[in-house]
Amino acid sequence: MASRGPVRTNNSALIAMIADEDTITGFLLAGVGNVDLRRKTNYLIVDSKTTVKQIEDAFKEFTTREDIAIVLISQYVANMIRFLVDSYNKPIPAILEIPSKDHPYDPSHDSVLSRVKYLFSTESVASERR
Amino acid sequence: MSGQSQRLNVVPTVTMLGVIKARLVGATRGHALLKKKSDALTVQFRQILKKIVSTKESMGDVMKNSSFALTEAKYSAGENIKHVVLENVQNATLKVRSRQENIAGVKLPKFEYFSEGETKNDLTGLARGGQQVQACKAAYVKSIELLVELASLQTSFLTLDEAIKTTNRRVNALENVVKPRLENTVTYIKGELDELEREDFFRLKKIQGYKRREVEKQMASARLYAEEKAAEDLSLKKGITLGSAHNLLSHASQKDEDIIF
Repeated sequence: MASRGPVRTNNSALIAMIADEDTITGFLLAGVGNVDLRRKTNYLIVDSKTTVKQIEDAFKEFTTREDIAIVLISQYVANMIRFLVDSYNKPIPAILEIPSKDHPYDPSHDSVLSRVKYLFSTESVASERR
Repeated sequence: MSGQSQRLNVVPTVTMLGVIKARLVGATRGHALLKKKSDALTVQFRQILKKIVSTKESMGDVMKNSSFALTEAKYSAGENIKHVVLENVQNATLKVRSRQENIAGVKLPKFEYFSEGETKNDLTGLARGGQQVQACKAAYVKSIELLVELASLQTSFLTLDEAIKTTNRRVNALENVVKPRLENTVTYIKGELDELEREDFFRLKKIQGYKRREVEKQMASARLYAEEKAAEDLSLKKGITLGSAHNLLSHASQKDEDIIF
């Protein structure tokens, strides 16, 4: 439990996103987006021109930033940096893999769900998920 | 097993036996408590697991709805709406706040979202498709709500997982290392004390036997002495009456060699 960072309470935190343009647009419309004084955004739009390096850097930055509580990441983006997502094991910020518009959601790729399955390979998950 | 041979390095005394026994009692109680804690955490863990799986499944539907709403908005408000939205980003109005929940001594972070300030995109799609844009916004807020819930579940999952591992490690350490070691120490001390007692007993027996032999020897010699003395007395008496008189007479008749003339 020593690895667990201090859990901050009662202060607001942001939701960061790494996803395709449409998903980002939707969430920005909902009011999630934030641009700080140095013009740094809390989201990264992934298109065909975005390199894996950029995604990695954004992921590392979002997971180390103090004011971010949740990182939403499109599943196909998460698949590009799967090793990073899988090796990430801190509770805060929480990494959430979300389905994107043009890539169907595959629960078996989800790092948390696969961990759930790994822990309870036979008993609960198999029965829960039919 | 390696636990069989190991014990604490203590002096085998009665005091130490008491101390070790007290520690054993403490270890047993701690083990029971930790076991209970582990069980409570596991129950909670299962519940969270169940919730995670169901929420993940419903997330797919909600995201599909919001994507569809976005497509609708794009259709009615024009493709360039996303540029308007992307340009309009300033400060986050939808934020999350975390608070803690305490389950069996484990602090679980819980997220909840809240909006602060007015939304900047009120005028987006004013020309056309405003209703669709607002619907799209509502759909995305709804999916954020679900995602935040999922995030707190996931965080609880990871935290609980770690807590359960730690607790189980402690339970196992107490059960397989600390308790056997204390028990071994107790048996060791008891054995050692028994050994001392046997040695003492043996020594006492030995001393007793020696003393008895000694007493018997003295009794025997005393008896012998008494008999001799009695015989001597008797002979003395006899000698006086018979022998000594006879001796005196015979002495007188014999030639004394001391007398030279």
